[in-house]
Amino acid sequence: MVRMKYLGKTVFRMLTLLIAVSILSFLLLEASPVDPLTAYIGTGSTLSAEAKEEISRHWGLDEPPMKRFAAWASNFIRGDWGESITYKKPVKTVIAERFKFSAALMLAAWIFSGILGYVLGILAAVRKGKLPDKLIKTFCLALQSAPTFWIGLLFLSLFSVKLGLFPIGLAAPMGKAAAEVTLGDRIYHMILPAFTLSVLGIGKITLYTRQKFIEILNREFILFARARGENTCQIILRHGIRNTLMPAVTVQFAAFSELFGGIALAETVFSYPGIGSALTEAGLGGDVPLLLGIAVCSAVFVFAGNLAANILYTVLEPRAGRYCEDR
Amino acid sequence: MTISWRRKYNVVNRLNTRTRVMIYVGIAAVYLLGVFFWGIFMPESAYAVNYGDKLLPPGPGHFFGTDFMGRDMLFRSVKGLSVSMVIAALAAAVSSVIALAAGVAAAVLGGRADSLVNWCVDLFMGIPHLVLLILISFMLGRGARGVTIAVALTHWPELTRVVRSEVLSVRSSQYVRAAYKMGKSHFQVAWEHVIPHVLPVYFVGVILLFPHAIMHEASITFLGFGLPAEEPAIGVILSESMKYIATGKWWLALYPGLMLLIAVMLFDVIGENLKKLWNPDSGNE
Repeated sequence: MVRMKYLGKTVFRMLTLLIAVSILSFLLLEASPVDPLTAYIGTGSTLSAEAKEEISRHWGLDEPPMKRFAAWASNFIRGDWGESITYKKPVKTVIAERFKFSAALMLAAWIFSGILGYVLGILAAVRKGKLPDKLIKTFCLALQSAPTFWIGLLFLSLFSVKLGLFPIGLAAPMGKAAAEVTLGDRIYHMILPAFTLSVLGIGKITLYTRQKFIEILNREFILFARARGENTCQIILRHGIRNTLMPAVTVQFAAFSELFGGIALAETVFSYPGIGSALTEAGLGGDVPLLLGIAVCSAVFVFAGNLAANILYTVLEPRAGRYCEDR
Repeated sequence: MTISWRRKYNVVNRLNTRTRVMIYVGIAAVYLLGVFFWGIFMPESAYAVNYGDKLLPPGPGHFFGTDFMGRDMLFRSVKGLSVSMVIAALAAAVSSVIALAAGVAAAVLGGRADSLVNWCVDLFMGIPHLVLLILISFMLGRGARGVTIAVALTHWPELTRVVRSEVLSVRSSQYVRAAYKMGKSHFQVAWEHVIPHVLPVYFVGVILLFPHAIMHEASITFLGFGLPAEEPAIGVILSESMKYIATGKWWLALYPGLMLLIAVMLFDVIGENLKKLWNPDSGNE
């Protein structure tokens, strides 16, 4: 009961935050010096002053900001997210189309970095203070400090240019009709971006797993298990993983925010047609409706990750009851 | 046999932790300050356009090679890195003051103030950091001013959390309660008793803020929202190199990025080592 109440409170808090995030984004974009009218019709337009006024009245550009926000929000909830200026399509369509690509990319990177990071973390913890531990720790520090886009550039120049193993960019072979693109093509084009994106998360999850695992290995029940004659492998499987898997997955869910930031960089390097490259194009092109749509979507994405982490922590972790009451 | 041999000749292991920390921090600081001042006092002629030797691979004349306008990549990278550091220093100055004030206020005042600060932190952490940076620099019309203000204004939430939890750990201690009993105000208690207690953790937090700020500046510039293309910045260099990578000009990306990586790692080294020194408990982690 306490847990459900806590969860309900969390959901409510997230909803209020989401509303605040959209207000904040709206105000930020509102204050920008880019004139929405000029961005829409282009600087070299020959439209008459009356026509311009007509458009700005139609859009409600002369209304006060709060009123416009209310109009935007009510349209947004009803499913009308506005028209993208750069793509000449409804924002919703653009986001839906591109999110498919990004979702595949993020899912692949998320799972790969999670599994690899978890295994590396266990390895480091078991060999604590020895050579493997030191190597893994240094490796993680380097990965954490490496800019995502730089890693992407290096992968490109090594695997695509030097070795010719992977394509240089895009999500499908050039000059192929959309209908002919096979699943194999898609996966082939996704490998390098996904790999680049996963580099971002590996360091964090490895170091976290390592620390958590060392804590568990120092507990007395592990000593007892050793005394009973269990070997390291059995201890990891029977006690270690059971006690560390949930916290590790929680941390991985909480990393959704960085993952979303990472796709903007990774997709730009590989000119991958996902939501991240749409974000940069929208920003550079002054496409306010699309920018706003993506900002709100990214916030929903982050909140979904946090909510998943919270649910894992409160519902599936039996000992977390006390934690809820403390909050 | 081998162990005694190692003990005898491995100088690093014979020194105690404090000396070792000081050596690491010293080396890192010398490198970073060196790059910083070298970049600041570098004349523009060092990375001037020279079409005579464009796209040269790394060699004795140009250690990092040259780009498509014949500019020396080593000098450009150093200059770019020091520009990033200036922005990071500004970010650290602004964000750390916000974080200290908000964190201490939240924990000392409690109640409404605490909820408000927590709510703001959650709000800023609710949008992916990069998206928030893009929105802010978009609002300010991109360019150097936009990226500086964006980076400066968005790095406080995590440090605020650290400061707040550190203050909470002393809030109910004997000496703080005694101070209240003696009739001191919230402000006096915060200034005289709480802030001195948080300072070590706070300084480490400020140093660990640098790598984030540097990386975010480079990312935003790379995406085209930050420093303009004529400015020598790591983000600009790497985004230019994208055009030349398909033709095998790997050095345009490798070395500048490596310099950025080393700088970021060294800031981490300084922060983590000072943490060990100022907060002895963390040495056991």
